[in-house]
Amino acid sequence: MQFVLFRPIESLGRNTLYYLSDLGSMGLFLLQSLRGIFRTPFRFKALLKEIKIIGAQSFVVIFFTAAFTGMVLGVQGYYTLSKFGSEGLLGSAVALSLIRELGPVLTALMVTGRAGSAMCAELGIMRITQQVDALVCMSIDPYRFLVTPKFLATIIAVPLLTLMFDVVGIFGGYVSGVMLLGVNPGAFFSGMENSVVNKDINLGIIKSFVFAFIIVWICTGRGFLLLKGRAGFGAGSVSRATTQSVVLSSITVLLWDYIITAMLL
Amino acid sequence: MNKPIIQLVDVHKAFEAANGTVQEVLKGVNLDILPGMTTVIGGASGQGKSVAIKLILGLMKPDSGQILVKGRDVTVMDSEELREVRSTFGVVFQGVAPFDSMTIFENVALPLQENTKLSKNEIRQRVMDSLEQFGLKGHEDKYPAQLSGGMLKRVGLARALQLEPEVMLFDEPTTGLDPARSLEIYRLFHKIQREMGYTAVIVSHDIPKIFNLADQVVVMHEGKAKVFSSSEEIQWSKDPIIQDFVQLTMGHIYQSRLENE
Repeated sequence: MQFVLFRPIESLGRNTLYYLSDLGSMGLFLLQSLRGIFRTPFRFKALLKEIKIIGAQSFVVIFFTAAFTGMVLGVQGYYTLSKFGSEGLLGSAVALSLIRELGPVLTALMVTGRAGSAMCAELGIMRITQQVDALVCMSIDPYRFLVTPKFLATIIAVPLLTLMFDVVGIFGGYVSGVMLLGVNPGAFFSGMENSVVNKDINLGIIKSFVFAFIIVWICTGRGFLLLKGRAGFGAGSVSRATTQSVVLSSITVLLWDYIITAMLL
Repeated sequence: MNKPIIQLVDVHKAFEAANGTVQEVLKGVNLDILPGMTTVIGGASGQGKSVAIKLILGLMKPDSGQILVKGRDVTVMDSEELREVRSTFGVVFQGVAPFDSMTIFENVALPLQENTKLSKNEIRQRVMDSLEQFGLKGHEDKYPAQLSGGMLKRVGLARALQLEPEVMLFDEPTTGLDPARSLEIYRLFHKIQREMGYTAVIVSHDIPKIFNLADQVVVMHEGKAKVFSSSEEIQWSKDPIIQDFVQLTMGHIYQSRLENE
């Protein structure tokens, strides 16, 4: 009887310990990966390859997401603004919502889904097939070798993708608002010019850097530390860790989006 | 007598399963490995053979006990010291653990690229030479998934030997290979060992086949290591567990002996 009563407390304790130690390993993982930047030899070729995978190859996804998001904003904005007879503000409405909010967030979510999941699965498979151990046994620092290029590449690529998202999205808004719904093109662009200030663009860029950091930390960490987590063993563990990394980084991105907006607005 | 290059002193290691039960795999293992010798660690599955290898490499820490490599305890080393120790080791894992997104050439060249200051041409030359030595010439541009199991083991050997290790650790060298291929791997291993003079630790469950290679045989059972210095000693053992083990594998012993006569 007593045993049954204590069980919830036991499991609470076990879970707390697990999450604390997990957080600790993620922290150490981050430190080791950042330290890899300063270790020689620097893997410049690997960095370029990762930028290609995470950045260049994500462009198509980002392009379509941005184009349709911009177009929807154009239509929705037109519908709302026309109620007040201020369709002329459409340009600034589209641009501000893209630059401040949707650009960084949607780019981060798309990169998480496309590249973050891939990073996690790749590192997870290398972990379960002992390739990470093999590196360690060859006295090759696995953080520097595997993780650091991904860290740098994501932090370089995501802000650039965000800027592309903004441009394509604004063009999407132009297509639906100006070309299809007949808003005055001069008003569309001059409204944008008048309302978008440096602070807005900076906010977007700061967000994209923070999001890039979150994505790469969580996704590489969940993959690299696969056997330390609760994902289990074998192929199933890789799929569970990948799902977990995508869910966790998406939620964290949205949470930090709120925090940054609230702090910097 | 030579000082042991690797020493396990009263090593304990337990694992906690997901349901909270604790399984003690090593219960006070003592083992000396002398330089230049070949030690074969055998025993049924799940008796902690691979765990022993991971402990020696510092990939795992024991719950208690010491693991001395050249007299220095790896269990208390920091990561830099461990790196130094590992650089004198060559390891072939059970599944070889090839880097599967790299070609065979890149796999074998990697330790040289990362740990030496050799030029590109020198590395190319050395890797091609060793691929030829291991019968892998013409396969350098293939990927690990395109090779057979036996070839992969040879890739693992070639890769592990690039930095001219003092100690070779070989985990289940013949798992998944047919008898002819297993023999081929053992012959190759022995040949290279004579050339390079490394200390070898082989974890294997088909002990009889490598009796002729081994200077000492260690049988792991119920968390303890029983050390035998020769195949005769293991056959004459009064220990019922060892007798069982010998019974199971006897036929092979005589066959391999006949082969040599």
